[in-house]
Amino acid sequence: MNMLAYLIPISLGLGGLGLAAFFWSLKDRQYDDPKGDSQRILSTEWDDQPKP
Amino acid sequence: MDVPAASACPACLAAPSAERIAAAAAPKDARLFLSLPTAHCAVCISDVERALAAEPGVRTARVNLTLKRVAVEADPEVTAERLVAVLDRIGYEAHELDPGTLMVTETDRRGRDLLMRIGVSGFAMMNVMLLSVAVWSGAEDATRDLFHWISAAIALPTVVFAGQPFFSSAWTALKAGRLGMDVPISLALILASAISVYETMHSGHHAYFDAAVMLSFFLLVGRYLDYRTRAAARSAAEELAALEVPRAVVLRDGAEVTVPVAEIAVDDLVLVRPGARMPVDGTVTHGSSEVDRSLLTGESLPAWAGIGSVVLAGEVNLTGPLTVQVTAAGRDTSLHRMADLVAMAESARNRYTSLADRAARLYSPGVHILAFGSFLGWMQITGGDVRVALNIAAAVLIITCPCALGLAVPAVVTAASGKLFRKGLLIKDSTALERLAEVDTVVFDKTGTLTMGAPEPVNLADLPDAAVEVAAALAGASSHPLARALADAARAAGIRPANVTDLHEVPGYGIEGQWRGQVVRLGRAIWVGAEAGSITATHLKIGTAAPLSVAFADRLRPGAAEAVAAFQKQGKAVHLISGDVAGAVGDLAGRLGIEHWQAEALPADKVALIAELAAQGRKVLMVGDGLNDTAALAAAHASISPASALDAARAASDIVLLGTDLSPVAEAVRVAVKARRRIKENFAISLLYNVVAVPIAIVGLATPLAAALAMSLSSITVSLNALRLK
Repeated sequence: MNMLAYLIPISLGLGGLGLAAFFWSLKDRQYDDPKGDSQRILSTEWDDQPKP
Repeated sequence: MDVPAASACPACLAAPSAERIAAAAAPKDARLFLSLPTAHCAVCISDVERALAAEPGVRTARVNLTLKRVAVEADPEVTAERLVAVLDRIGYEAHELDPGTLMVTETDRRGRDLLMRIGVSGFAMMNVMLLSVAVWSGAEDATRDLFHWISAAIALPTVVFAGQPFFSSAWTALKAGRLGMDVPISLALILASAISVYETMHSGHHAYFDAAVMLSFFLLVGRYLDYRTRAAARSAAEELAALEVPRAVVLRDGAEVTVPVAEIAVDDLVLVRPGARMPVDGTVTHGSSEVDRSLLTGESLPAWAGIGSVVLAGEVNLTGPLTVQVTAAGRDTSLHRMADLVAMAESARNRYTSLADRAARLYSPGVHILAFGSFLGWMQITGGDVRVALNIAAAVLIITCPCALGLAVPAVVTAASGKLFRKGLLIKDSTALERLAEVDTVVFDKTGTLTMGAPEPVNLADLPDAAVEVAAALAGASSHPLARALADAARAAGIRPANVTDLHEVPGYGIEGQWRGQVVRLGRAIWVGAEAGSITATHLKIGTAAPLSVAFADRLRPGAAEAVAAFQKQGKAVHLISGDVAGAVGDLAGRLGIEHWQAEALPADKVALIAELAAQGRKVLMVGDGLNDTAALAAAHASISPASALDAARAASDIVLLGTDLSPVAEAVRVAVKARRRIKENFAISLLYNVVAVPIAIVGLATPLAAALAMSLSSITVSLNALRLK
């Protein structure tokens, strides 16, 4: 049962990490154009070098 | 958005004009937005972005495919018209949008705020659920209490943060003395949290922390979908208002200044170039031309305008530049007064109660009575045990809480409007789909709706070849719509324009030139000495020979025949009503197989027809584009207008057709009927779930596990049902 003292904080911490990542993606406007992003992946335009 | 009246700032008028010219010449924000109704794939994105980026002065261009829009960051000298022309060359239809009206950031911010609350409650739900599963599977005593305390530490801040949209809306409802959907929701959230904390403090067996966070999660998802539909509707309305680009050229101290229409004052002199729309009502003080009034009156022949003629906002100047002295601007123009009338007609339609509202009206009092009744009942049975009675009342509130009900409508409407948007239809009104589903009669306008509102020469083949060649050469020198149509048709038929020299346009009359030593003229009947007929025509005179007439007919809008046929196949009555002459209307009705038609109808006649059909108990769908249709659009049960329509007409209609093709209109009705069926099924599912679960909760047998299972099952069932929409 003592294991719980480690496991619960760890699980909460991992969940919190996920939440923080979600906040970041939200602030970074990654949900503004879901349809465009799903199409952009098909374009070969910036395959060789990253977009400047 | 408030538009400051020009007269509100007398100091501006006194300012030195040079400063004003400088201020008007430098736009504050060089960020341009263009609407791209036809963009749909990866190739479209890279085509558009590459073409725009190659334009000098453009720094970045980014397509948003979800909103079908491109944002351009560019130097101030880059104009939207130039970019529209660039896109037109590579085959993409584009319209300028007014960034001021779009308010992009505001709409974004509220959506992101809701998303963030969903994220937080989702995180809390997963973690609390893990702990709750441990309790349900047999954790006891100190372990159970510890898990409850940890759950409380996660759930309480979550409920406080994520529940805010419900709390504030419930508070507003209570202050106004109403019981909205949000009152029972807030009550359930607060009661569940309070009782769970109390139970935890007294080492109780049952805590409802998981139910409280799950409730807020599912309800927020429903709220977000609803918000998205409304935001789409609002941004559609904004986009449409933005399509009418509010700028005009004003002559001030002899200098041409481009100013926002909102800043034009009475007695200003406005220069209206050929091809531009009158921004104001006024009197012509200089120049002569022809004006196209078809959007206002439905008549397809252009009218002559010279010094002293009265012109109205919304008319299109065709051939020569006109200087207009303003008699009414902004809100006072006849165009806006008409729009205000439409707004009044619209408020009558707003009395329509949506299915969701009707459900909520029955539901909200029912929940309170049930919960309060079970509280009183258990007080009686247990002889005054407040703890047991409150626990059961909370269970009843949680179980009846409208997770499925909150998702029933938004999930379906989101699926349906997404589907229609892909077909090129923008749903502007949240109840539009429900009203569209009830439609059994369709009334079409002619000019600009079933037809393109653009003329096409019909008798070129009957004219001598030499004459057509001369006509093509003359027509090529003008931007008059008839001349342009003639030149295009000649080019399409492979006719080489004759070598006509000394071409010059006589504004308001036609084009004149020299051909083989003869004077040749193309233009108005009076000017070339021909008889003016009843059909749209332009006249050609070569030297002293008798004048020849080139007759024009309006081209059918692509998909118009399919749309009419589809409606007739669905068993709906189709009517055609137009302000145009009987010959043109009857001909079109015959071609499309429309039985009921009415010509030379005034705007009031159109409304009268709608009212007459409504009095017969019919639900009318009006499809129209002109200002003369607006009152009818507002009076009809549901209405659709094409994107080319005047902004007052678009504002009055529920749905806007983005592309040129009319065939999706019939499809929209089919989807609406299916959507309404899904909404009703969803209500049935939530009702069934309540019928099963509520008695269990009232007799006190509902455990937190049962509540969690029932709540998630019903919400998922309802969402999946919405996705079945084909």
